[in-house]
Amino acid sequence: MSTVFNQANIMFLLEGMKLTLTIALISIALSMFFGTILAILRNFSKGILGRFATIYIEIFRNTPLLLWILSIRFLVPIRPMYSGILSFTLFTSAIMAEIFRGGMNSVSKGQYEAAYSQGFSKFQTLRYIILPQSFRRCIPTFLSQAVTVIKDTSFLWAVGIEEFTGKGMILMGSFATSFQIFLLFGALAGMYFIINFTISCGVRTIKTEY
Amino acid sequence: MNGPFSIFKWEAVFKDFSIFLEGFLTTLEVSILGLILALILGVIFGVLSTGKIKVFKIISRIYVEVIQNTPLVIQVFFLFNGLPYLKIVLPVFLIGVLGVGVYHGAYISEVVRTGITSIAKGQFEAAKSQGFSHIQTMRYIILPQTVKIIIPPLANQLVNLIKNTSILSMIAGGDLMYTADSWSSANMYYGPAYVVTGILYFLLCYPLAIFSRKLELKEKNKVSINTEDSIQGQVIATEGGL
Repeated sequence: MSTVFNQANIMFLLEGMKLTLTIALISIALSMFFGTILAILRNFSKGILGRFATIYIEIFRNTPLLLWILSIRFLVPIRPMYSGILSFTLFTSAIMAEIFRGGMNSVSKGQYEAAYSQGFSKFQTLRYIILPQSFRRCIPTFLSQAVTVIKDTSFLWAVGIEEFTGKGMILMGSFATSFQIFLLFGALAGMYFIINFTISCGVRTIKTEY
Repeated sequence: MNGPFSIFKWEAVFKDFSIFLEGFLTTLEVSILGLILALILGVIFGVLSTGKIKVFKIISRIYVEVIQNTPLVIQVFFLFNGLPYLKIVLPVFLIGVLGVGVYHGAYISEVVRTGITSIAKGQFEAAKSQGFSHIQTMRYIILPQTVKIIIPPLANQLVNLIKNTSILSMIAGGDLMYTADSWSSANMYYGPAYVVTGILYFLLCYPLAIFSRKLELKEKNKVSINTEDSIQGQVIATEGGL
């Protein structure tokens, strides 16, 4: 056991976890921002921008994440970490957009009419009435999506980005006994579980509060 | 001209299109078998988690939480790299089916559970008062109604399942993603190979997404769902990500 979890190995793994969380958090923040814009465009723009948002969302929602991870890594010449963030942001924005659209659509039509009747412009109605409510309603779903993003960063190992799973797999190469291998698998799964289960429990608490 | 999308690279892709088609078929097979496994697990654990027997409830809770909160990649790597140490060597195809089946089984179990609990308690009581056993109540009263509610989120899960079969490319599984990746790493024609792969996945997933949305709208028009439910539906539809 001490051969698996000596100080060097633990530091090695934690480094991977740091990269996992960095990529996940930046991607989540960026995709919430772009997702909101896409959702508004898809719902309210009848022109070319609205059509762009629809096509973008449908393309990214119906193709695998791994395809984007690979394409961006091989076709866009940027540093591995940035290519990870870019692929996750592109992909997750589409999902965030659909979540946010669900939230916006759940705000009743009467509220738009009420706002317009009070002399609010379309922009003001969105900014002060609709978006704050939609956003609040979407928080639990956003958080569930955050869990998914944290889990899915492990796909980045496919292009050799050494996040938590990658570091674990590299470490695994230096072990030979089944006990060591299973211990390491347990540690990897356990670490993801602790982080994600905490968020999942948070989601549940928020949901019952609403 | 030698950009990433040059004409001759496209020609090469279409010359070898049968290779891509083979990968596509593998993806299709893994998806179908994975779906069957996921449905079986999902219905069993979903029903158990709404039942009265505490042990089963705890077991299904553990199944759902453990699977939903750990990455599919780790689960599949465990089957691929871990199990051989127990002298269990599974073929990659089977690992793919088991991997996505067990993973999405957990999500489907939650979909089924939410579907069952959304049916009013009065119905359970009414059935009981008519002398139905628990299994009979489930079989004749609750599940037929649940099916209607859960088909849209199930179709969504199927889309996610199909997309997640691409995990096979990380263990040389011969699926569509792997085919594209290995084909293009041999000649560096990444551009067209990925575009064609994307289109093939899209052709598989988009009809399902449309189908799911149509049904959802139909259900929504039939019964006026309050906002709480529609958010809930959204949660079910989007969870499982990818």
